[in-house]
Amino acid sequence: MATQAMFRIWRGDPAGGAFQDYVTPVEEGMVVLDAVHRIQAQQAPDLAVRWNCKAGKCGSCSAEINGMPKLMCMTRLSNLNLEMPIILEPMHTFPVIRDLVTDVSWNFRAKLTIRKFKPRTPDSPDGTWRMQQADVERVQEFRKCIECFLCQDVCHVLREHHKHDEFIGPRLLVHAAALEMHPLDAEDRVSDLKKKHNIGYCNITTCCRKVCPESITITENAIIPLKERVVDQFFDPLRQLFHII
Amino acid sequence: MPEFQRFSYDVLVIGAGGAGLRAAIEAAASGAKVGVVCKSLLGKAHTVMAEGGIAAALANVDDRDNWRVHFADTMRGGQYLNNWRMAELHAKEAPECVHELEAWGALFDRTKDGRILQRNFGGHKYPRLAHVGDRTGLEMIRTLQDHGIHCGMQVHMECTVLDLLMDSGRVVGAAGYDREKGLFQLWQAKAVVLATGGIGRAFKVTSNSWEYTGDGLALAYRSGAELQDMEFVQFHPTGMVWPISVAGILVTEGVRGEGGVLRNSEGRRFMFDDIPDLYKTQTADNEDEGWRYTQGDKNARRPPELLTRDHVARCINREVKAGRGTPHGGVYLDIAWIKQRLPKAEEHIKRKLPSMYHQFKQLADLDITKEPMEVGPTTHYMMGGIRVDGDSQMSTVPGLFAAGEAAAGLHGANRLGGNSLSDLVVFGRRAGRYAAEFARSNGAAVTIDDAQLQTTAAAALAPFDHGLSGENPYQIQYDLQDTMQSLVGIVRTENEMEEALDKITQLEARAARAGIGGNRQYNNGWHTAMDLGSMLIVSEAVTHAALLRKESRGAQFREDFPNKDPEWGKYNIVVKRGVHDEMLVEKHALPPIPDELKAVIEEMK
Repeated sequence: MATQAMFRIWRGDPAGGAFQDYVTPVEEGMVVLDAVHRIQAQQAPDLAVRWNCKAGKCGSCSAEINGMPKLMCMTRLSNLNLEMPIILEPMHTFPVIRDLVTDVSWNFRAKLTIRKFKPRTPDSPDGTWRMQQADVERVQEFRKCIECFLCQDVCHVLREHHKHDEFIGPRLLVHAAALEMHPLDAEDRVSDLKKKHNIGYCNITTCCRKVCPESITITENAIIPLKERVVDQFFDPLRQLFHII
Repeated sequence: MPEFQRFSYDVLVIGAGGAGLRAAIEAAASGAKVGVVCKSLLGKAHTVMAEGGIAAALANVDDRDNWRVHFADTMRGGQYLNNWRMAELHAKEAPECVHELEAWGALFDRTKDGRILQRNFGGHKYPRLAHVGDRTGLEMIRTLQDHGIHCGMQVHMECTVLDLLMDSGRVVGAAGYDREKGLFQLWQAKAVVLATGGIGRAFKVTSNSWEYTGDGLALAYRSGAELQDMEFVQFHPTGMVWPISVAGILVTEGVRGEGGVLRNSEGRRFMFDDIPDLYKTQTADNEDEGWRYTQGDKNARRPPELLTRDHVARCINREVKAGRGTPHGGVYLDIAWIKQRLPKAEEHIKRKLPSMYHQFKQLADLDITKEPMEVGPTTHYMMGGIRVDGDSQMSTVPGLFAAGEAAAGLHGANRLGGNSLSDLVVFGRRAGRYAAEFARSNGAAVTIDDAQLQTTAAAALAPFDHGLSGENPYQIQYDLQDTMQSLVGIVRTENEMEEALDKITQLEARAARAGIGGNRQYNNGWHTAMDLGSMLIVSEAVTHAALLRKESRGAQFREDFPNKDPEWGKYNIVVKRGVHDEMLVEKHALPPIPDELKAVIEEMK
């Protein structure tokens, strides 16, 4: 392994910025976030980076590494070509605050527009429910989400078309799927998904699924079944016929 | 004169992990206007890291379990220094709090008959941990977050709290700044709940995230509240030891709960060699019995790998020091071996321990279904913290409450795995309830001391005045971590701790000269400089308390006093600020345990 590497880091704020090069020593086993910390401690103390657990569990250190949306704490240097500068940029879909830190608060506001969990009446007189492991597992996949927002970052509806006001993006569709498929949930979000959250904007290019650090099968397991529910409720020809009659 | 953006609440909750969110939900439910201030984004707090599960005597898997057994287990684990009232309330209320989480959408793993599944964990007599694979903490924080945002609380994300504001001896709010823009904020409140977690960042090898700098403890201490049990820092026996850059990251106890075993470089299961008397009758004396226990055999006793964390950590430390460690200075934790006992072991491991599989595969290039892991002790949890009333969670300062890891009492000298997540919801709920009540009955107008605000702001901006020629805050932090790790770590002696106190004094002087460049927008150097103050206070408190306790008990191991001293078993150590800003360290006699609880402890011995 190389003993040093060059990191080309975007530095700036909402007014603008530029890439700056930093050369730092590297060792076996290091991840990108380690190198950023080293640069911060030795060369650029005010370099802005958001991070927290450094173990791939909190989803704070999302960035674009050589153009790929990734968690900096889970990207090993040994998987990158250290002969070339490693390019670090903030996520493009969200407004930059400074350097590698973006304003992701939209995700938190958008989540509030999704109807909350509403459990059915308890199954047992002691106020508890009975659920089968198989039913629980389907939803547990969605609940693995660490809210890193990398899927939002690659979603072209948000990234290219900036439909933040109309569309909730893959992360929140996964959230909606977790609620809709929750064995206890009694709320109906299908109409909202069509009219308010515009699930139809998603044309299942699976970019979101490919960048998910938790390997959630976003498109096939969450979004497509939700689209099917929308279709069942709004576009079923028999049902439409029934309506006309 | 710097401007402060002002907010006003009935209850201000500082910290948005499990305890903070649970407190905020409870306070909001009782009609209080609630503000939540957190250092990270919502849902990123350290609770997400909890893996194994939440302890509650639901008796879904073993119907012999009940609150009395859980209470006795917790007291035994804490070496009887626990606040008995908290241990009692915790054992009684945990099941209800787990059901509450389910009612808010948490999806725990299930038993065959559809109830919440429970797993074995160190120090718990029966399978007691409700869990979601090995990501229980994430499930819990997301549940509380998604429920909480609909309860009407106002969340201030990415803010650092610098000072608590006082008026006539009671707390009336907090002052700080938002990390994104660097603007000063004032949150006025009739009651404040500190739920800021632990202090692990004061040590070099830790499972804790950057947030864990002991802010709540330092805020409480500086406003006159008492700290307790500061000598008891839990070193989790199994953290990653390699690669260096991920050293300290937690390897869940669930690995051992599922049948994982510890071996030294000679292949010996060394945990069988040293089983403490207190646990002899409950511990398996052969490998076969231990295995049967992990597979749910009710007649088998638990394997020695599932002894309490303090003990397992010390045994690992001893193996490594004796030259029987692995190439990277740990011991082997082997779950792959279960393929000798279980068909389809590979899938079983991936299903039961998905994040562990992931973590080692991605960070260490190691497949835990095929090879043993290398593990060693890592700083994990602070048993000590803010001294509180067991029922209300109020500190010794009126209107100031604490819950979760920031509060002391429940765990005594050593915490059992799984008792932390239950602690968060049981005492988060209580703190929220009593804080709201306090706010209701103490609603009179208060005065905000503008002079104090200006002092706070001036101190916060000092590092900019010192500029880049000042001391590098990152370096001060590293040096403190080195000091605490090597001198006040898992094995302690008087000489080394005296040396640590000298070094902390020098570091305090350096921290006062910390300097940074750039502006106030998301300036990590500035944030680090602000964290130093808290880290230094808690480090000093830990060292003083550890020096005073001249015995080894629970998480505290003194090489110069290697035995437990029954006399010391009668006291907690309390740390508080003296009138001349000196740190006072005192012995406090334990409150007497009521006879009926004493009987429970005796019966379960």
